[in-house]
Parts: sequence; structure tokens; C-alpha cells
Amino acid sequence: MTLALDVAPVMVAYDVAHFLAGMMLVASFMLLYQDRIFAVLNTFAAQAMLLALAVAWQGYVHHHPDLFITAAMAFGLKGIVIPLALNRMVVRLGIHRDVDQAVNVASSMFLGLGLTSLALLLVLKVTPGASSFTREGLALALAVILLGFLMMITRRNAVTQIVGFMSIENGLILAATGARGMPLVVEVSVAFSVLIALFVFAVFVFRIRERFDSVEIEYLDRVRGDRRVQGDGR
Amino acid sequence: MNVSVWAIAVIPIAAGILLALIPSYRVGAIGNVLASGLTFATSLSFLAMPPVVEDYVILDSLNTFFVVLNTLVGFTTSAFSASYIGHEIETGRLTPLFVRFYHAMFQAMMAAMNIALLANNIGVMWVGLELATLITVVMVGIYRTPNALEAAWKYFILGIVGISLAFFGTILVYLAGQGVLGEGLPAMTWSKLLASAPKLDAALLNLAFIFLLVGYGTKVGLAPLHAWLPDAHAEGPTPISAVLSGLLLNVALFALLRFKMLIAAHPGALKPGPIMITIGLLSLIFAAFMLYQRRDIKRLFAYSSIEHMGLITFAFGMGGPLANFAGLLHMVMHSLTKSAIFFAVGHVAQAKGTQQLSGIRGLSVTNPGLAVGLAFGVIAISGLPPFGAFMSEFLILSSTFAREPLLALAAAFGLLVALGALLLRLQNILFGAPTGPHHKVSASSLPWMVHLSLVLVAGLYLPAAVIAWFQKAAELLG
Amino acid sequence: MASPIQSFMAQGAQMFLVLLVAPAVAGITRKVKARLTRRQGPPVVQCYRDLLKLIRKDSVLAGNASWFFRTAPYLIFAFTWVAAALVPTFASGLMFNWAADVVALIALIGAARALLALAAMDVGTSFGGIGSSREMMIASLAEPASMLVMLTVALAAGTTRLPEVAQFLISQPLEIRVSFALAFVALVMVAIAENARIPVDNPATHLELTMVHEAMVLEYSGRHLAMIEAASYLKLVLYFSLVICLFVPFGMAPLHGEPIAWAIGLAAYLTKLTLAAMALGVWEVSIAKMRVFRVSEFLGSAFIFSFLAILLAFLSREVLR
Repeated sequence: MTLALDVAPVMVAYDVAHFLAGMMLVASFMLLYQDRIFAVLNTFAAQAMLLALAVAWQGYVHHHPDLFITAAMAFGLKGIVIPLALNRMVVRLGIHRDVDQAVNVASSMFLGLGLTSLALLLVLKVTPGASSFTREGLALALAVILLGFLMMITRRNAVTQIVGFMSIENGLILAATGARGMPLVVEVSVAFSVLIALFVFAVFVFRIRERFDSVEIEYLDRVRGDRRVQGDGR
Repeated sequence: MNVSVWAIAVIPIAAGILLALIPSYRVGAIGNVLASGLTFATSLSFLAMPPVVEDYVILDSLNTFFVVLNTLVGFTTSAFSASYIGHEIETGRLTPLFVRFYHAMFQAMMAAMNIALLANNIGVMWVGLELATLITVVMVGIYRTPNALEAAWKYFILGIVGISLAFFGTILVYLAGQGVLGEGLPAMTWSKLLASAPKLDAALLNLAFIFLLVGYGTKVGLAPLHAWLPDAHAEGPTPISAVLSGLLLNVALFALLRFKMLIAAHPGALKPGPIMITIGLLSLIFAAFMLYQRRDIKRLFAYSSIEHMGLITFAFGMGGPLANFAGLLHMVMHSLTKSAIFFAVGHVAQAKGTQQLSGIRGLSVTNPGLAVGLAFGVIAISGLPPFGAFMSEFLILSSTFAREPLLALAAAFGLLVALGALLLRLQNILFGAPTGPHHKVSASSLPWMVHLSLVLVAGLYLPAAVIAWFQKAAELLG
Repeated sequence: MASPIQSFMAQGAQMFLVLLVAPAVAGITRKVKARLTRRQGPPVVQCYRDLLKLIRKDSVLAGNASWFFRTAPYLIFAFTWVAAALVPTFASGLMFNWAADVVALIALIGAARALLALAAMDVGTSFGGIGSSREMMIASLAEPASMLVMLTVALAAGTTRLPEVAQFLISQPLEIRVSFALAFVALVMVAIAENARIPVDNPATHLELTMVHEAMVLEYSGRHLAMIEAASYLKLVLYFSLVICLFVPFGMAPLHGEPIAWAIGLAAYLTKLTLAAMALGVWEVSIAKMRVFRVSEFLGSAFIFSFLAILLAFLSREVLR
């Protein structure tokens, strides 16, 4: 039995990156089938931490120290602060603990598998010349993004739509990290926008709760186009 | 580092911070107008400046005029908003605290849009556009009624979908650039990307363009990604509707055009033309038919915006010097006319106390001044002479007819359908027995008069300098 | 390649090894479960005694039982034994290497399962029907998952023959493969479902409405029941061997092995088997049985994991080309 300890460093570096990105994808799938809000928030926190590790590892391997800042932001902000804040919001607003699914779990899982395959095949086809890190990072990032969209579509709850958007941002940051050398300016701006986005979300959810006593999106659907609930002018 | 170029962004930001601190809404409104006027004056200095191409900032023939247009409409909108806000506070729809935030966010939004227009770095362009979108989302929901919240939420969700897709497209463009220009800043600089466009990877560019088209196209309001537009226009305060239609749609289309130039410069990549033609024509015809069923006055003009943005996209898709020229001209005309219409509509809605078309009748009897303004605005936007929009639409149709007669017929058909709907509605609004309450409104007619006179002048006589600018920009667009 | 005599001996030894060891494995699991729940529990060799007792007893058949009912147990035992004998345990230089293909393995297991489900319905009792339908539902979800798992490993090894896969894995340096991790989790979930273990099915239950596997064998007695019980023990060993061969094959004797290598391989295999049996016991004690309609979610997630495993394996293969 051989146990070669002189493994080529590139292989190890790639394997760890692949492992972290792959686990992010698994977390995205888990987000799709969770039906309790706290579980969703915890899974999202786990995904954010995996993102932080992945970004930090890329920074370490490619000697880009500025990526450590991004990793720290992802870890602190999206791994700890935002899930805690959303958690507190859920508790305080008394939002229902169970989440309704617009599409049933099995169908959304199959759709998720289809989207993942699509994303992988697409990126592999389009980037024949790029480095292995970039290709696999981009492919898995696109899969995470598409799964985030799927989550936003198949859920009926405002909080989970927020989490879906946050997981899309996780995927975007993973993609930006994969594209090596993207200047820090963009990363700081992305993080900044995340902050603003969260502020907006929080403000909205409070207002929605104020008005409707719940955050079910169906209540928001009453006004469609020109039809209004309180009688027609015609 | 040219000072006035940076001033364009810095002035609104500083003003925004200042306005957030001023408690009195009247002073805030005046401050808003002053800041916007100052920004506009600064932008006028661009007309005399030579082109600037730096790492983060670019000032070429394409965006110079747009910055001037942007700040002009911002200035007149702030003037309109000053006269509009007083009534809103009186009727209790807004509290003074919210008005404070409103003014601060207005300036911040102008800053973001200017940044997006002047950016040479595709990442900074994205940031500017995203900030502008987020700010307008908050402002759409500022009335805090159930309908406003729904409109804002829908706008928000669709907006962030668009933002995310556009960001992914930006990453792909960077990747394509990275292969040729190396890692780091050069691969994010638009001017350098354009210079080495033929060497970029075609497949990456194709995929990137698709993402960018869907992402920024959502912001432009192209069908089928337009779902947020009517609600956002109808439920937000009227100055915001004017800003959305007159400015934000233009800035988003501008961003799209920058990338269209990039991909068009690569001979082996996807031809952006046919896609833009299809999506533009689809929006045009779809929105034209939707105009007939609208019962809310602001929704009516929102669909008109979709229609015109479709027409403009169609024109840029056709390409070539004449169609590009006409597209640029129409962007300017639409921007000025639509904001003028919304200025008038805002006061009309205040006077009648409702936005429902069934409640707005006999305007020529009750508010003759507003009626005249609205009438001129609708005539202008329908593309009737002697207003400027007629000239641009005519140019689009004739240049298309010379190349693809069938497409020109389709576009003309859409325009005629829209014309019919708008004139029908206008007739109902102006004539007939006056309905409903009649509030006294201290309307300022200056903003819409300024806009419409500009449009009228453009329709009758375009100065040679302006024509030259449009021609240069059209050439750049390829 | 080993000499024909050696490979013949290895294969024969393996056949009898799995048969001998199977009841003990089940016994170990039972003992661990009992000890963890503070009972003495039956001795480890009790399963052997059970089988001997059953073989000596008369087989009682229902009046309307057909020939199929009588012959099915033997066929089931045969299929399962062949499958268990094919999976390399302590050596990979076996005579029937060419037949030890993952697809063939799945076919053998599937055939055994189909026969059992049919036999359960043969007598026409409602419990047999319940068991069969539940078993087939579980199978319809578990089989694709197990196929994908095997294909993931086969993709990495470049072949679907188990001994060669094992040798490939032994020759590789130790590395982190996320696709293997996911495939391992998926295969363990499938193994639990196929062997009718908690949380999918309780092997010690006497409540018919909660049964899946037990419901199918309710009508059997005597030597027929002995055959079926032996087959279920063998199936457990089969899945353990599969997991060991695909994921932790270290210690297995290479293709042309000497007796020393065989001895090492044997020791390694028996150790791993015992550890696996004990782990199963601990697992069964720590978790509750799921309701039947939740089983499809459980297996659905196994399918998702296995699909992800193969997607990731494909991705890394393409990217590193």
C-alpha cells in the first residue's frame, strides 16, 4: 500500500478549493429543502462561513492578501451578524416558523439538479483556456447563483427570499474570487452594497409586518396591475 | 484628475449629507434645487472640455451630453419636487422626517447616476447603477401604503435579480479581459477593453453579453423583464416617476450600450444587433397594446416609457450612423418629454385627488394651465410634429425602412397603436364633464414648460453643434 | 495476474468467508445495540443457532402457496450469495474478477429484491402487499442513488470492475475528494435503506404496520425462513464490503498476492467489518425510525448527494484535464 506524502502542492491546493466550493453547493441544495426558518438561517450561516474559508484559501494559495479582508467580511457579516439579526427579527415579529413552498420539494430538487448541471456544462464549455481554479470556481459559483434564484422563486416568505438573495451574493463573491486579480475596489463596493441591501431589507420587512401582520408574499399579491381590492373606479 | 469631473459626483454626495441634517422641509427643498442647479452648472463645463480618459473616469463624446441631460432633468425635477412636496405634506401623505430623507436620497441617487455615467471601470459602473436602483427602491416605497410596499418589494426583487446577473456578466467580461490585458485594473477598464476587443475570447464575451443584457435590460424595462416598472411608477411619488422614466432607464441603457460596443467590436462574437432588435420590437408592440387597458394615469405613462425604451433599443440594434443618431436623439427627447408629462401628471393627480383615469375628466375646464401642459406633453410623446420626438421616430423608421422594410412596418404599427391609445385617453382627460373634487394646487409650470420648449425647439431646429455631437457619438456606437 | 490456482482458491475462500461471517456481523450489531440500551442481549453466535434451529424445523405453507413461494427463498439466497462473493474483501486477485462489475452487482441485488417482493405477494395477504409496495418504493429511489455512487467512483478509477477500482484507490495518495465524501454519505444512506435498518425500517419490530422487510417474510417458516434470514445477513455483509472496497480498501491484497498478503488482507477486512458492525449498532440506537412517507425524502436526499458527487467528480476531471 502506498501513501505518497510528497503530493504535488498544486493538487492539494486545488482539492481544498474544490472541496470548499463543493460544500457551498451542497449548502445551497440544503437551503432548497429546509422548511423551517431557523434551519434556513443556520444553513445560510454555514454557507457564508464556507465562503469565507474558500476565499481565504484562494488568497493564501495565490498570494493575494486583500482576499483575506473579503473573507473576514464574509465570515463576520454574513456568517454571524446577518443570521443573528434575521433570527432576532423572526422572533420579534412573530413570523411563522414554517415556510410555505410554492413548488414541492421534489420538483425543486430536480430543478436544482438540472440548473447545476446546466451551470457546470456552460462554464466548462465557455472557458477552455482559463486556469483550473478559475473554471471550477466560476462553474460552482454560477450553480450557487442559479440555486439562489430557484430558492427565491419557490418560496413564499419574505425572509427566505432575503436569504435566497444573500446566497446569490455568496455565489457572486465566489465567482469574483475565482476571477483572479479583480481589484479590491469592487469587493469593498460589493460588501458595501450588501450592507445597504440589508438595511433596505430590514426596513421593508418591518414595514411589511406593520401593514400586514405577516410576511407572507401572498398578502402582497392582492394588488396586481390595475385591479385594486377596494372597488373599481369604473 | 480633472476637478469638475469629480465635482459632478462630490457635490450631490455632500449635498445629500447636508440635506439629511436640515430639519425644515422647505429649506431642504430649496437646498435640493440649489444643489441640483450647481451640479447642472458644473456639467455645462464639460461641453467645453476635451475628452478625458483615465483609469476610473471617462468623458468621451458618448457620455458628455448624457451627463448634461442627466443633471438638467435632475435640476428641473428638483424644482418640480419643491412645489409638489408641500401639497403632499398638507394632505398628510408624507411626514417632514421622511421628506428630509427624501431630499437626501434624491441627491445621493443623482450622485450614483453620475458616477455610473462617468465610470471607465466596469465595476464602478455597476456599483453606481446598483446604488441608484437601491435608492429609488426605498423612495418608491416611501408612502408606506400597502400598494406602495408591494410595488417597492417587486421592484426590489426584480432589481436585485438584474443586479446579480449584471454583476456576473461583469465578472465574465473581466475574465475575458484578463486573458489579454493581465490581472488587475486594466482588465476592468472599459477603454482598454474596447481597444483590445477583437482579441478577447468570443465565447466568454457572448455569455457575458447575455447576462448583461438580461441584467441591465431589467433596469431598462424591456419586456419581458418590465414587471416592476408600472407599479414603481404608479406607487412612488411623482418626482421619482419622472426620475425613473427620464433618467434611470437612460443610464441603464447607456451601460448596456457600452457593453454592446464592446461585443460589436469583436468580429467573431455574437451579433448584438438582432437580439436588441427583437427585444426592442417586442417591448414596443407589447407596451403599445397594454396602453389601452390602463386605468391609472401614471401606469399609462409608465407603459409609454416601456414602449419608447423598446423603440430606442430597436434603433440601436439596427445600428449604423443614421439609426444610432436617431436613437440618441430619441433618448434625449423621450427623457425630456416624459419627465415633463410626469410633472404635469403629478399636479393633475394632486388637483383631482386621484390617479384613476375615470376620476380625471374635464381638465380643460378646471385647470386650463395644466391641461395645456399635459396636452402638449402627450402630443410630443406620441411622436406628432412639430415636437422633437417626431423627428427622431421618423429618422428611426426611415433608416430602418431602407434596410429592413418589414421591421419598419412592425415598428410603425406599434407606434400607431400607441398613438391611438394616448390620444384617446387625452381626449377623455381634457374634455367631458369635470368629475370629483377639485383641490387648489400651487403648481409650478416652469419645469414642464422648459422641457417642452426644448423639445419643440429640437423638433424645429437642431443646432449644428448638437448635430455634430450626436454624429460623433453615433459613430462611436458602430 | 495471479495464477489460476491462486485466484480459484482466493475466490473459494471468499465465498465461504462471507457465508461464515455474515451471521456473526448481524450478531455483533445486535449485541452492541443491546449493551448500549443496558441489556445483556443475545450472544454474538445466537444468529448461527437461529439459522440451525430454523433449518431443522418444518416449513409450514399456506394452502394457496405456489411453486414460486417455495423456490423463491433458495433463489434469493443464491443471488445474494453470488453478489457477496463477487465483492473483493481481503484480496483482489479473484477468479471471477471479470464478473465483479458494479452494474452486475446492482442487477443481482435488484433481482433478489424483486423475487422477494413477488414471493411476498404470492400468498395474497395484505401485509405481504404492504411490505412489497413499500420495498419497491424504497428501491425505486435507492437504486438510482447507488448506481450514481458506484459510477462516481468508477469515473475516478476509470473502470467499473470492483477489484480494479479497489487497487486504483489503494495506489492513489491520500487526498481530499469532496465527490467521494458525498458519495460515501449517499452510499451509507442507501445501505441503511436497503438493509432495512433504522431509520428506514426496524428489524426488531413486531408491529406489522411499521414493517417493510419483515412484512414480506411474515409467511415464511422453517428452512425457507432460514434461507431468507441468511440472505439478509449476507446482504448486510455485502453492503459493508462494498463500502469498504469503494472507500477504505487499504490492506487488501493486490492482484498477484502471496499468502502473507492474504493474511494481512484478511485481518484488515475482519477488523473493518467488526468496526462497521459496531458503528451500525451505535447508529441504530441513537436515532429514531422515520415515518414511511419521510423515507422518500431521506432517499431523495441520498439521490441528490450522489448526483452532486458525480457532478463534482465530472467537474474536477474536466477542469484538471
